Amino acid sequence: MLRFIAVRVFRIVPIVAGVVTIIFLIFQLVPGDPAVLMAGPMATEEQIATLRHAIGLDQPIYLQYWDHLAGLFTGNFGYSLTYKGSPLGEILLRLPATLALAATAIALTICLGIPAGVLAALNRDHAADYAISFSVVALLAMPNFWLGLVMISVFSVDLGWLPSFGFAGWRSVIMPALALAARLIALIARLTRGVMIEELRKDYVRTARAKGLPFHTVVVRHVLRNVLIPTLTVIGLQTGYLLGGSIVIERLFAWPGIGDLLINAVGLRDYNLIQAITVLFTVGFLLVNLVVDILYVAANPRLRHA
Amino acid sequence: MSIAIDLTPARAAGSFYLRIGGAIVGFYTVLAVIGSIIAPYGANDQDLLSALDPPSLAHLFGTDALGRDMLSRVIIGTRFTLTATLVSVAAALIAGVALGIAAGYLEGRIAAAIAGFIDLLLTIPSLVLVIAIASVIGAGLFGLILAISITFVPPMARLVRGRVLELKSEDYVEAARAIGTSDLGIMRRHILPNAFTVIVVEASLAAGQAVLIAAALGFLGLGVQPPAPEWGTMLGAGREYMQRAPYLVLCPGIAISLLILGFNLLGDGLRDRFDPRTG
Repeated sequence: MLRFIAVRVFRIVPIVAGVVTIIFLIFQLVPGDPAVLMAGPMATEEQIATLRHAIGLDQPIYLQYWDHLAGLFTGNFGYSLTYKGSPLGEILLRLPATLALAATAIALTICLGIPAGVLAALNRDHAADYAISFSVVALLAMPNFWLGLVMISVFSVDLGWLPSFGFAGWRSVIMPALALAARLIALIARLTRGVMIEELRKDYVRTARAKGLPFHTVVVRHVLRNVLIPTLTVIGLQTGYLLGGSIVIERLFAWPGIGDLLINAVGLRDYNLIQAITVLFTVGFLLVNLVVDILYVAANPRLRHA
Repeated sequence: MSIAIDLTPARAAGSFYLRIGGAIVGFYTVLAVIGSIIAPYGANDQDLLSALDPPSLAHLFGTDALGRDMLSRVIIGTRFTLTATLVSVAAALIAGVALGIAAGYLEGRIAAAIAGFIDLLLTIPSLVLVIAIASVIGAGLFGLILAISITFVPPMARLVRGRVLELKSEDYVEAARAIGTSDLGIMRRHILPNAFTVIVVEASLAAGQAVLIAAALGFLGLGVQPPAPEWGTMLGAGREYMQRAPYLVLCPGIAISLLILGFNLLGDGLRDRFDPRTG
């Protein structure tokens, strides 16, 4: 198992290097002189030259690339215009808020999506199934930030139950996490329903019933276990959506996380910071999938030698 | 992203989905074409005296902070969203299909390089990639379309590549090669037609995603710029007046959701129609 983990960790290194290179190249495409753009319309020639030097834009591109790669390994995310230096401190300060939001959203997905799917599968073609399937179709069509707006309108403005913005106690995480998780809850409910229906048809269910086990015992003891494995894998794969979605949700709820920082950086044309956050989100996504991959194999010894 | 498991309640629902989805998308297409003719007011006709009026007979969806008629803005805004969606999905389709067929059909280093590049791009979360590209190109309809197109190429290319790899070993492809059909001829006459249904289904679902992303970028201020009546931008502006005029965020949001619903149902319906394995 240790060997397997080592191989997987090792295999991720070239992927990270490759994707960092692609992101670096994308940001080379900024039209015009980035130093002029970043300095703004009021800047003098001298200020532009100082800025160009500070960011390292006066160096040849291969040196800039090398500095960028080396910087990422040492935790130096390049010169941020906003913070007049490395934005690492600000990123670390905001990371917990984003992680808390994403973790709450995943918890909500597991607690709501899986039971909804199981319920729909057990009541196939009955009222509960139709109600859940209808909700899934509706949720998949609603933009998460619009759902957030509607929730703010109902629960903050009209009822005054929940705070509509900021980061103050557990109550303020409820609405952003629900808005962020909504799409995922729907996807997971739909997936769980499908997998569960397939599983219930299998021979082992009939065998277990035939030897006299009550239906609910078969479901809890045997079927659910087999349903959970693909479901949890898909939740892992969907963290990419969660990270992307958190950008809009953080903006809407003034949630002090990385996504909010990214949109600030876009507004200020702080390209190095945008690039750093793009890399951060991508590497985060890769790491989550690495962990899911390892857990998946840990749960399925059959796959270990594949 | 999609998983080939029973996703719809019953197969009969497929053609129902297809019809409803087609009707919704058709309705929006008509609105996009004749929207500025049938809208009761101009998109930017201001009437400050009736600013923030709630829905009434004169203004069915109410008016915004500058007294502009929301119904007219929602109707006329259809054009921006539908243009951004259709153009970007079409562009991604062309590039994705070309790359996917090349990566799947050709052998050797070039194919491996394309496949590797596609896989690398797929590791960047799509909305993060869209925002990064939009920030580089700059806000506006063009930047929006380019950012969505680029982001949609890798998933499309991977899907097509997978299908092409399946088709490549079919007997009739072997036979075509044996009688001397050129590679381009095989791709055009045998591979592309057989990969077509997968591509159409994916394109429809991608269109729903494109509507979502266009609205999100508008909401973040990175998409179509005001005063253009783009739905996401309108949501961003309406947010300020939520206490006094909640309908400002209700109407554009419903317009967005309904269009996404249309594309999603169309995609699901097409899949059930063409691909009995998942039905």
